Amino acid sequence: MTAFLVVLVIILFGVTIWQMSRIFQMSKVKTVGSTSEIASDKDNNINGYLMLGFVIFMYLLAIFSFWEYSDVLLPKSASEHGVEIDNLWLISMVIIFLVGILTQWLLHYFAFKYKGVEGKRAMFFADNDRLEFIWTIIPVIVLAGLIIYGLFTWTDIMNVNDEDDPMIVELYAYQFDWRARYSGSDNVLGEANVRLIEGVNQLGVDASDPNAQDDIVVDELHLPVGRKIIFKMRSQDVLHSAYMPFFRAQMNCVPGMITQFSFTPTVTTEEMRQDEDMIDKVRNINRLRREKSQELAAKGEEALESYEFDYLLLCNKICGASHFNMQMKIVVESQEDYEKWLASKPALKETFAAMNEEI
Amino acid sequence: MSAQSHDLSVDHHDDHGHHKETFITKYIFSQDHKMISKQYLITGLFMGIIGIFMSLLFRLQLAWPDHQFTIFDIFLGKWSDNGVMDPSVYLALVTIHGTIMVFFVLTAGLSGTFSNLLIPLQIGARDMASGFLNMISYWLFFLSSVIMVCSLFVEAGPASAGWTIYPPLSALPQAIPGSGMGMTLWLVSMAIFIASSLMGSLNYIVTVINLRTKGMSMTRLPLTIWAFFVTAIIGVVSFPVLLSAALMLIMDRSFGTSFFLSDIYIAGEVLHNQGGSPVLFEHLFWFLGHPEVYIVILPAMGIVSEVLATNSRKPIFGYRAMVASILAIAFLSTIVWGHHMFISGMNPFLGSVFTFTTLLIAIPSAVKAFNWITTLWKGNIQMNPAMLFSIAFVSTFITGGLTGIILGDSALDINVHDTYFVVAHFHLVMGISALYGLLAGVYHWFPKMFQGRMMNKNLGYVHFWVTAIGAYGIFFPMHFVGMAGLPRRYYTNTNFPYFDDLADINVLMTIFAIITIAVQVVFLYNFFHSIFFGKLGPQNPWRSTTLEWTAEQKHVHGNWAGEIPHVYRWSYDYSKLNKDETDYVIPGQDYIPQNIPLHENEEEMSH
Repeated sequence: MTAFLVVLVIILFGVTIWQMSRIFQMSKVKTVGSTSEIASDKDNNINGYLMLGFVIFMYLLAIFSFWEYSDVLLPKSASEHGVEIDNLWLISMVIIFLVGILTQWLLHYFAFKYKGVEGKRAMFFADNDRLEFIWTIIPVIVLAGLIIYGLFTWTDIMNVNDEDDPMIVELYAYQFDWRARYSGSDNVLGEANVRLIEGVNQLGVDASDPNAQDDIVVDELHLPVGRKIIFKMRSQDVLHSAYMPFFRAQMNCVPGMITQFSFTPTVTTEEMRQDEDMIDKVRNINRLRREKSQELAAKGEEALESYEFDYLLLCNKICGASHFNMQMKIVVESQEDYEKWLASKPALKETFAAMNEEI
Repeated sequence: MSAQSHDLSVDHHDDHGHHKETFITKYIFSQDHKMISKQYLITGLFMGIIGIFMSLLFRLQLAWPDHQFTIFDIFLGKWSDNGVMDPSVYLALVTIHGTIMVFFVLTAGLSGTFSNLLIPLQIGARDMASGFLNMISYWLFFLSSVIMVCSLFVEAGPASAGWTIYPPLSALPQAIPGSGMGMTLWLVSMAIFIASSLMGSLNYIVTVINLRTKGMSMTRLPLTIWAFFVTAIIGVVSFPVLLSAALMLIMDRSFGTSFFLSDIYIAGEVLHNQGGSPVLFEHLFWFLGHPEVYIVILPAMGIVSEVLATNSRKPIFGYRAMVASILAIAFLSTIVWGHHMFISGMNPFLGSVFTFTTLLIAIPSAVKAFNWITTLWKGNIQMNPAMLFSIAFVSTFITGGLTGIILGDSALDINVHDTYFVVAHFHLVMGISALYGLLAGVYHWFPKMFQGRMMNKNLGYVHFWVTAIGAYGIFFPMHFVGMAGLPRRYYTNTNFPYFDDLADINVLMTIFAIITIAVQVVFLYNFFHSIFFGKLGPQNPWRSTTLEWTAEQKHVHGNWAGEIPHVYRWSYDYSKLNKDETDYVIPGQDYIPQNIPLHENEEEMSH
């Protein structure tokens, strides 16, 4: 209610000002045909130079950003297909930077060079078929190259198939956390549906499905290095997106359907931690966190923990109030470590048995 | 046909031109296109103030997530606890910011204002084809604005599922509080908005087709009119699809249907819905949503083409190519929507098709950019504030457009989809660019709107330079945040120590945002002050060729006090020399208005 009153007061205040200004207006002598608000030669000159200054500002901003911020960029790809994406990214970036630098220069330089001078004649230049043909055909050729390269890469990535004995893992999203379900020794996921969710059977797996018995539900994703993984994604409530930036992987989780994405992790967590760029980055982050901790300590609050690099799965589709904190740790490790870890987790048949006992 | 209707409107004018109008028929329920355009502009600016102010609030939150701001307590009320923003109101702010800026400011405020003002004046018509429909169109827009603003005061908060309102989040109040009453009002407001937009668009189309003055062939139309005309067509094609999506969503929300919902377990219970698909909604939404960005940018392109040519004192380079590229963009814009959905779970083959069509659209866009640059070449550039904004439009359109080549490529989109890279891209290419188009239009046609009064140029220069620097300062570094892998719509990234090193960039962007937003106050002051106290300029201050400047400064019902001018040439005869190349066609005057017949000593162009 107070908000409405405030709005009302503001409107009335506006009306008052408007009425007052009308009185002023009526008491004013009119001057017609004033050219003082039209750009003069002086304005043309100043703004012409500023245009030149502006394009230099843009270049400097770009250089500054690269200098200052290139260490925030994602590290080298930790998956096989990611290398292809990074190549295509680099090629596209080089092209758009060259085009950008050139066209911005022409635009602002022309604005500077041809700034208006009283009495100067502009050139009546309405058409030139050859010029227009050239700058139609050049983008056509460049884009054709990018499209072809892009489409081959895309098709390779999205062609999810059974070659190379992939491991099937389910990613299960709900407000606001993730679960992973390993398909166990049979490498087949048991049937599941939200209508079967009950107690500890959080993912709604069909207890009567024989394929489900050896499935393993966990809250941390461990992947063996070098093994192709097919992720089957489900969502329990709203749209989520399984975003794994270090692996250049992302796919939406859609309630009512199963989506999929496949990749082969190539760099273990330990190797990534030893990566030179990553060591620098983590050192920098920990420096920032120490500074922050000192501030917090001064206020009598708890200090921040020091940070160690881990792969992440993030939610990347707006899903509710805690969307900003929906994450899961991913660990890439050797086949032996992975098997050891998985063996320590209970299979679903134990969960089902526990449920039956309760009944 | 056009001659006939023109005669009719002369009669109409003689009959009704002299009776005294009341305050209500003149300022409120006006059927005069000039007044309606002002109503659109001022409503749009008011909504713009709300939308931009919201961005200030969430930029503060992003830069200093653990700081307590009194400003949050003042404006967010119960959603701010001791100066700490509530996470759900953060989502509400970004949702309403997007909705208001895209629909209420850049669609209605831009296209509504300038289509209404310029279509009749530049084609030489007494008014829109239907003044009444035009009035209804504005008042429906007003009503939808009021409902949208009211939704901010709803108990559980306004819609907060993102401006794309993807279900199930937008369909289930259990999923987020804003999907209750707030979402209902959002949908009602948008349904009315769509009705308003359709009436406006149909009116623009009919007016351009039927009411052109004698001699005004389609190829003599200024590019502004081409842009508004094609924009209206895209609007008519795509807005009804959003209406159907909204209606189906309303059904799902209130009547238990399952168009978009299936297999949902939320708040401890299974919903009965079965068989629907959120992906269907995404298709329907983006079937409007993507043409929508061209509905936003095409009018700005038209305005910029006109302002660039006038102030360069040169014809627009490659008029026919410009028209062709508008048509090509319009056509392609309706078949690229899938690039918003590469990783939505739709068939990857569709992704390939949409990559192909999306990258095709870069071709007409590139042609336009090159033609604008060539228009400047060897000009005699008059640096009026409108011109500066037009040059800056070309600059941001290029920068933002180039990153579009990356996002349109499905393989590259995988890793930057829904990150700040996308936010940076579309803010530059359609947000900032379209705003520059809007501002260029306001500075350029202000004297036409407000009966000869002109805006202060020096305040205009201050406004421009600070805005131009600030806009790049916000959105250029933002690309890096996206390339670091930070998802958009995160209330804070402090839960991910990995992103701790982004704090600097966030602070830098917010500081630029504060400065840029602050300088808009200069513009608002200049705008409102000039309405009342602006200096009265000459009738044709920018020495322009188009017909609106042949009309009297003082607004009259029917635009021209006497007969409607006839047209003898295209609208870009700037700096045209006579056959002997001794002087301009009209000696001493570097432009020939469209209503001047061909001179003897003048080479006839193909227009």
